[in-house]
Amino acid sequence: MNTALPSKRHYVDPAPFDPGKTEPVGAESESFYRASSWQLMWWKFRRHKVAVAAAFVLLAFYALVPFVEIVAPYSQTQRHGDFLYAPPQAIHLMHEGRFIGPHTYPYTYSFDLESFRRVYTPDTSKPQPIRFLCRGDSYQFWGMWEMNFHLVCPPEDGTMFLLGTDRLGRDLLSRIIYGARISLTIGIVGIAVSFALGLFFGGLAGYLGGWVDHVIQRMIEILRSLPELPLWLALSAALPANWSPILVFFGITIILGLLDWPGLARAVRSKLLSLREEDFVKAAELMGASKQRIIARHLIPNFMSHLIASATLSIPSMILGETALSFLGLGLRPPVTSWGVLLNEAQNLAAVQLHPWLLFPMVPVVIVVLAFNFMGDGLRDAADPYH
Amino acid sequence: MIRFLLRRFVTMAVTLLIISALVFFIIKLPPGDFLTNQIAELRAQGESASIAKAEFLIRQYGLDKPAWQQYLVWIGVMPGPNGFSGLLQGDWGWSFEYDKPVVEVIGDALWLTLLVNLAVVIFIHVVSIPIAIYSATRQYSVGDYLATFIGYIGLATPSFLLALILLYYMNRWFGISIGGLYDSQYSGEPWTWAKTQSLLSHLVVPTVVIGLGGTAAMIRRMRANLLDELGKQYYVTAKAKGLAPTKALLKYPFRMSLNPFIADIGNLLPHLVSGSVLVSLVLSLPTVGPILLSALKSQDQFLAGFILMFVAMLTVVGMLISDLLLAWLDPRIRMGSGR
Repeated sequence: MNTALPSKRHYVDPAPFDPGKTEPVGAESESFYRASSWQLMWWKFRRHKVAVAAAFVLLAFYALVPFVEIVAPYSQTQRHGDFLYAPPQAIHLMHEGRFIGPHTYPYTYSFDLESFRRVYTPDTSKPQPIRFLCRGDSYQFWGMWEMNFHLVCPPEDGTMFLLGTDRLGRDLLSRIIYGARISLTIGIVGIAVSFALGLFFGGLAGYLGGWVDHVIQRMIEILRSLPELPLWLALSAALPANWSPILVFFGITIILGLLDWPGLARAVRSKLLSLREEDFVKAAELMGASKQRIIARHLIPNFMSHLIASATLSIPSMILGETALSFLGLGLRPPVTSWGVLLNEAQNLAAVQLHPWLLFPMVPVVIVVLAFNFMGDGLRDAADPYH
Repeated sequence: MIRFLLRRFVTMAVTLLIISALVFFIIKLPPGDFLTNQIAELRAQGESASIAKAEFLIRQYGLDKPAWQQYLVWIGVMPGPNGFSGLLQGDWGWSFEYDKPVVEVIGDALWLTLLVNLAVVIFIHVVSIPIAIYSATRQYSVGDYLATFIGYIGLATPSFLLALILLYYMNRWFGISIGGLYDSQYSGEPWTWAKTQSLLSHLVVPTVVIGLGGTAAMIRRMRANLLDELGKQYYVTAKAKGLAPTKALLKYPFRMSLNPFIADIGNLLPHLVSGSVLVSLVLSLPTVGPILLSALKSQDQFLAGFILMFVAMLTVVGMLISDLLLAWLDPRIRMGSGR
């Protein structure tokens, strides 16, 4: 019979045992273990290439918002009576085989009596150089200072309608740039409203529990089962007609935020409920931390990342909502310029057929909405760095 | 099961009651109403006969009473000038703008709205289930990327613009006439085979446009669900034991991934109804959308109120159906809430 199997043999390491000694940790994994959760999220987010690209796109759009007057080649109200519904003008670099810098060709206007349409033909004999860092249409910068500085200006006594003009001869590109200011802020302000409401109601439901939780839950269910658009329509129809455009802007934002909070509140509530049971909360409780400290130091930072991610994902619906409302003429009204207001002019089939460039404001809408979706996806994945 | 049904019906009734209060409140938000505005206008023109008629209508519909009484009369739990006559009794009220009962104003529009929404729900399911299965079984293939890409575009493009563009090109390429749900020669005609045919061909663009956003969302969720299931051991075992691939796929993982899918119908419906209202406006479909917009603008309160109630009803009933389906499919839900 064989002696005991090798595995059954009792083995004692002859080396002296040092309880203070632990497995050495490599520099890389040490920095990983010591990193704060925000840092981990950042590392995880960085790996999501599409999300990072989307974040840069959004950064570029939002960097534009304070400086629209400078970036836009024309002011938003400048009308060009001689160029109604002018098609987009191209920028050329070469003239008769020679490089002369960016220039446009002036439009000559004629009226086609057969089809009753304005026809604009570029006159390729007279190149007109575009000016950079120049003085053009004057404007009130931030409503305070009278300025006329622009990054790009149309040629002296020439025109530069890169995306064409609308029915009053206003430059569409400049109006889209101005519209970015309203359309982009409306998403942020609206989400701020819904964020505050969601945090408040969700926090109340998750923290107090009991009948408060029950009532808020039912409220959320009812609001979620309502179709958004008809309610938006009804609410914006209720805005008094004599309000100033700025008041209407805030009214619309609040309406958009008012119907959006249930999703966030639900997320806050369920997160609060599940986090309350976590070991680290119990540990903090046992160590004698006060309730405020637990909420402020342990609970809020933990679900804030989730909240930010889901808020990012609901900004697009706000932007699309504003666009839809303004498109129907129930949202913002001229003279306020937003992408929806611009699209309002492209409402009929004549626009698609005769002036297709009036549909162009939909391009920035699609880009921004997509970028928010991609970035939100990346944030959502990164929001849980320990998985 | 019966207890579950009862519970569900009671919640639905309460929900509808709260919604009706909300709707009435919102409609009453703007100062004045259709008739007072009209009277002010008529006064300016000095027409006393019409003023008398408008004042008669105000009394008949109790518009001179406080708002809460008007609400109770409207839903039919308080006797109005002509006794108990409100939504509960099937009296939908009077449209001041059209000078007709609400029933006559929107009779046909209700059915067409139902039809359009039903077509969209069917479209979404028929299109997104096969695409989702394709994309999940061939993850990271060209087709998968294509489906994802189209899905994102569908998510991001405002539906009304898509409607406009599709409308134009459908007319240009396929000669389908513009707008409406049937050719203009059929309006007011009785339903004949030709009219139905015309209706079906007009239904294509609205269905695609309204359904695209929902289809994109469905594909995304279904693909994720299916991918989760495909990674599980029972599927590997089933394949290892030699079950035919299609059968292995459809019999187990597919059924598992359908579950959240049906739960989603409830979340999908409010969006669909919203989308259909907007798209109907652009395509001038004879659904309740355009009528709602004009009623809201002119403060035609009973008409607007009824349409909002109808739309809410559509979603609530849709959610009920989705819940019932789910309870039928998944005994855990039935048991869980049958306590």
